[in-house]
Amino acid sequence: MITVSNLHKYFGKLEVLKGIDMEVKEREVVVIIGASGSGKSTLLRCLNKLEDITSGEITIDHIPLNSESNVNAIRREVGMVFQRFNLFPHMTALQNVVLAPQIVRNLSKQEAEEIGLELLNKVGLSDKMHEYPRRLSGGQQQRVAIARALAMRPKVMLFDEATSALDPEMVGEVLAVMRDLAREGMTMVVVTHEMGFAREVGDRLIFIDEGVIVEEGPPVEIFSNPRNPRTQAFLSKIL
Amino acid sequence: MTIGAINWGLALDSFPVLVQGAKITLQFTVVSIFFGMILGLVFALGRMAKSKIIKFLAATYIDFFRGTPLLVQIFLIYFGLPQLFPFTLPDNYQYIAGAIAMSLNCGAYTAEIFRAGIQSIDYGQAEAARSLGMSHIQSMRYIILPQAFKVVVPPLGNEFITLLKDSSLLAIIAIEDLMYTGKIIAGRTFQALPIFMMVAVMYLSMTMVLSRLVNYTEKRLSKSDNG
Repeated sequence: MITVSNLHKYFGKLEVLKGIDMEVKEREVVVIIGASGSGKSTLLRCLNKLEDITSGEITIDHIPLNSESNVNAIRREVGMVFQRFNLFPHMTALQNVVLAPQIVRNLSKQEAEEIGLELLNKVGLSDKMHEYPRRLSGGQQQRVAIARALAMRPKVMLFDEATSALDPEMVGEVLAVMRDLAREGMTMVVVTHEMGFAREVGDRLIFIDEGVIVEEGPPVEIFSNPRNPRTQAFLSKIL
Repeated sequence: MTIGAINWGLALDSFPVLVQGAKITLQFTVVSIFFGMILGLVFALGRMAKSKIIKFLAATYIDFFRGTPLLVQIFLIYFGLPQLFPFTLPDNYQYIAGAIAMSLNCGAYTAEIFRAGIQSIDYGQAEAARSLGMSHIQSMRYIILPQAFKVVVPPLGNEFITLLKDSSLLAIIAIEDLMYTGKIIAGRTFQALPIFMMVAVMYLSMTMVLSRLVNYTEKRLSKSDNG
């Protein structure tokens, strides 16, 4: 579904990603972990071109991420959930969810609202559909944001530290939604600090350090038996 | 010239004539606000465009009209521009020239207000919009501009009030606005103090109504939802 080859990314003179190769198969849940500044969020943001890449190739669902029209085509198929939710504050929860299907997918208002209601129901927020974001808790906002991304019927979902800005008691409700999605077979790339989630839901774990993939494999294996000293050092600090 | 008694009654007597002038003042203000907002939006977007040429053109326009006096701009367009055209201009060219000068001036200030408003919106909003597949234009139209609009209402209100006051410069090219009408009456009657006091009170009334209107809009917008 996603192929990344020899991806390099510079911010000015600073090389943040130093030749990343990775692949994500359909229905696979790939969890990316690593310390702050390791490049994991940048990698995720490159996947739908929120960051320009310096060199290398990215292909998503057989579409190469190279021209402007391809970028829009890919963004339609790739949902993204942000650390700070980024809900549209001037719209209700339902309006947040139905806007893009209407103006990007050209669905009728009725069709879009059917999808919107179904998805808000799925994330457990159908009773909040007419609330504005500022009246929702962090966890609720993030669940609306997930519904908003899903409303485009994406083939891949990207999660950029989706629970890092949440109060601890709200992390669970968001992870639960993500877990359900994974069970339904959604292809997911998840950048997270939630090691429990990584272990339980991830099909494959990727550990990034200083812009390179240091180790990857089944989560259980990496957690119980990390081979690389850098992985060992990182895991010993957080587990 | 002997200075006679101050005739305060004349201020009231001339009120109906001054109202005619005030109508012209308001017409010019409304027209230049209308075109100024359109120009302002276009040039604000131009100033943030990717193309260096567009950016340069927009910046040049904005800098010129913010950096030179409105009176000079009025003279350039009223006296200067006709030199470029060989044909004779219509008799009422001063109205056209005045409206163009005021609109261009308002557009430059409004452009900077819009730009500041747009840039004050968290970048995450544009990223969220683009990540949903919206085009740049759609993201502006549905996400950024509606939020920026709330931010720009207070500075926009200030600009409109300034514009209303500055429109008095139009009197110099013989547009019969409030200022011009006052000047004519004062010149004919030698009663400058009562007449210009009346003119001042009338400008003040208009700016106060305008500023109340801005406050009201601001309150209503912030009540509606997010803040």
